[in-house]
Amino acid sequence: MGSGSAAANRLARGKPHNYRRLALIAAIIVALAGVTVLVGRGRTSPAVIVASFIATTLAVATPLTLGALSGIYCERAGVVNIAIEGLMLGAAFFGFMATMYARKAGLPSEASLLVGLGAALLTGLLLSLLHAVLSITFRVDQVISGTVINILAIGLTGYLHQQMVFSGTSAASAGVLPTLRIPLLADIPVLGKVFQQQPIAITAIVLVLVTHLVLYRTIWGLRTRAVGEHPRAADTVGINVARTRYVNVLIGGLIAGLGGAYFTIESVPNFQPLMTNGRGFIALAAVIFGNWTPLGAWAAALLFGAAQALQINLQFYADAIPSGLDFLRKSQIVGMVPYILTMIAISGIMGRSTPPAADGQPYEK
Amino acid sequence: MGSSANVLEVRDVCKRFPGVVANDHVSLELKRGEILALLGENGAGKTTLMNIVYGLHRPDEGQILVDGSQVQIKSPGDAVRLGIGMVHQHFMLVPVFSVAENVVLGVEPRRWRAVFDQAKARARVRELSQRYGLEVDPDALVKDLPVGVQQRIEIIKALYRQAKILILDEPTAVLTPQEADDLFRIMRQLAASGVSIIFITHKLREVLAVADRIVVLRGGRVVGTASPRETDEAALAAMMVGREVILKVERGPAHPGAPVLAVHDLRAADDRGLLALDGVSFTVHAGEVLGIAGVQGNGQKELAETLTGLRRARGGRAELLGHEITNRPPRQIIEAGTAHIPEDRQRHGLVLSYPVADNLVLSTYYLPPFAHGPLIDYSQVEENARARVREFDVRTPSIYTRTGGLSGGNQQKVIVAREFSRPIKLLIADQPTRGLDVGSIEYIHSRIIEKRDAGCAVLLISAELDEILALSDRIGVLYRGRLVAVLSAAEATKERLGLLMAGVAE
Repeated sequence: MGSGSAAANRLARGKPHNYRRLALIAAIIVALAGVTVLVGRGRTSPAVIVASFIATTLAVATPLTLGALSGIYCERAGVVNIAIEGLMLGAAFFGFMATMYARKAGLPSEASLLVGLGAALLTGLLLSLLHAVLSITFRVDQVISGTVINILAIGLTGYLHQQMVFSGTSAASAGVLPTLRIPLLADIPVLGKVFQQQPIAITAIVLVLVTHLVLYRTIWGLRTRAVGEHPRAADTVGINVARTRYVNVLIGGLIAGLGGAYFTIESVPNFQPLMTNGRGFIALAAVIFGNWTPLGAWAAALLFGAAQALQINLQFYADAIPSGLDFLRKSQIVGMVPYILTMIAISGIMGRSTPPAADGQPYEK
Repeated sequence: MGSSANVLEVRDVCKRFPGVVANDHVSLELKRGEILALLGENGAGKTTLMNIVYGLHRPDEGQILVDGSQVQIKSPGDAVRLGIGMVHQHFMLVPVFSVAENVVLGVEPRRWRAVFDQAKARARVRELSQRYGLEVDPDALVKDLPVGVQQRIEIIKALYRQAKILILDEPTAVLTPQEADDLFRIMRQLAASGVSIIFITHKLREVLAVADRIVVLRGGRVVGTASPRETDEAALAAMMVGREVILKVERGPAHPGAPVLAVHDLRAADDRGLLALDGVSFTVHAGEVLGIAGVQGNGQKELAETLTGLRRARGGRAELLGHEITNRPPRQIIEAGTAHIPEDRQRHGLVLSYPVADNLVLSTYYLPPFAHGPLIDYSQVEENARARVREFDVRTPSIYTRTGGLSGGNQQKVIVAREFSRPIKLLIADQPTRGLDVGSIEYIHSRIIEKRDAGCAVLLISAELDEILALSDRIGVLYRGRLVAVLSAAEATKERLGLLMAGVAE
């Protein structure tokens, strides 16, 4: 009896309509992979295309996954986080700057990259601390607080970037984080490519699972969810609402910082103003579409990642695109796919999401 | 220490809020295994006092002793450590959590320090529910449970924290009479097992039914102590209000006239889109009060809103004096002669940030004499406000006072004054006296009967059975969106209505 009803309880928590949504996400990803195979099969074997499509999807979904996890920690504790974009942009910039300075100071590449990574995490932490102070302590409207951080990050990184122009050759680049081969799995023929990933991409996937366990299996997770659903109830049983929210917002900041590091330390060894290019907002859409659960948000991040992988692959196979599908050659059109998917995802056509009940509400004793 | 010793003693506690003295040198004592009723009107200081005992407020003066020694209670956490548990008027439960999760929240059983032990939580809840006869399924989600069960969870929650003193704040406000009786049985059982209970209420009958001792608060002071054996409702009411109170509404027989409101097979959905009103039909005649009883959430809100044009009907029709009013705009329904006292006066009845004068013309400001074309004639608005405030005895510093600053009773009087001073044929009163003090209830009841006697049809929706019984000429019971019975006042007893409200078919 006990285990049976426990299982039912667990299912209920998984919210049944999520399964339909997950199936839909899987179907769209398969369709996008299918288009790639269709276009590229003249040049490469379908198995290789699929493996490379999956590998690219996992890699480019990294900042979306990390951004979404950042949002989940905040919002499950009841603090709306629309500042993911700003957190990641700031972290990308300061991570890059720190790497450059460390390199200039004579550190070896690997050490410089670690310094940069540390700086990115610290940036995420400090910017989210600002969000926490504004929205938890001073009870500023959380959307406004988040907007402040987004504008601050755009302005600050743009300005500093302009002021500290590195003429491309003056400082030796530290490169990017190395690709790791997951033992055994990476040696599988063809499919092995999927298991050759860079460290932040791997960490992101590990963090999805860790976050799931933290939220649903630990006391911290239970209390966090209680604070996000009914802070007064949590307060009356002795849970410190402000502290719980602070810690979760800061954890979210660290994770967004890691997401920012992806752009300038793992993806390309360079910083461009506005280089996060709306990924923070797509991550927010992934949070909503994933119904504020880590696994759901990850699935949504993979969906958006697959749309981006399609774009990358189509560019690669541009000359193989058959006539009649010429529109696929126009990168503006294919480039729109992730954004269109975002709008569809949050429009509610694919089922409604239920946010934590106290999401966005400042708590006053 | 003997078993008759005081487990809790409050000595000379004072608490001031800006503008009011909520507790003025209040003292009381609670013995082991005793049920103490704290009786008083809204604003008498009962909840403030208990919030002090539970650590939600700090007293300005005075002492609190638990088991004979003086204690400082700075937070609910301190109170829980001292063995004090509180069941709040608004339940402190997380709707999407399971019963077990809600019970143990904050004091969770754990494995490896950080991991939540679901199995143990479930076992503890089962154990407590068996020991005290409080039936619950530990795995059910709270949002799926009726309020009576949710209240039981709150009690288990306190017992899980080893409460020896249990504070129940207005526990029967949301219960059916049978559920209330069930609660009283549980309370007696808990008291017998050594738990001491403080029971906050303003309902006289309940106090007499369950308390061992009664302490009456008025205006922040203890005005008397009584034993239920030596007192009666009238004496307690007088103590509570400070003057003689007419508990029974004076009303003669009704003289029903022609049908005013005819409702046929009305259907409507609730906010989640689920059918909440499932084919309701009835008629209200001129000069009669039709009471609609039912536990909250059985379609009352949807009924009132559909009839006043605030919610779309999904089917069926409503006619006012032969004119169809189904899905008509609210203004048209108002102009046809409908007055509405909404369930939530602060959200739907008033604009709290407006002055009293403006709220008094909310439904008529666009008509002469208040409007000349697009302009509002404020001298008329003010003149109207002065007249209404006088006529309906609204206690307000001035007609320019922010309506949100008035007491609940006076806010309700503003609504009544506005709605009753138009020529109306139909009054829809939804929970017209919720949360009001005895004096205001008395006043509003007599005004409603006055309207009835003047030939107005009255549809009274209330979760308070006493109110339904006191005012209605006929009584309908809503259960799960259906009108399961319509009884004449003579046939309707509390027991019969209670069973109908609980869905027990006759």
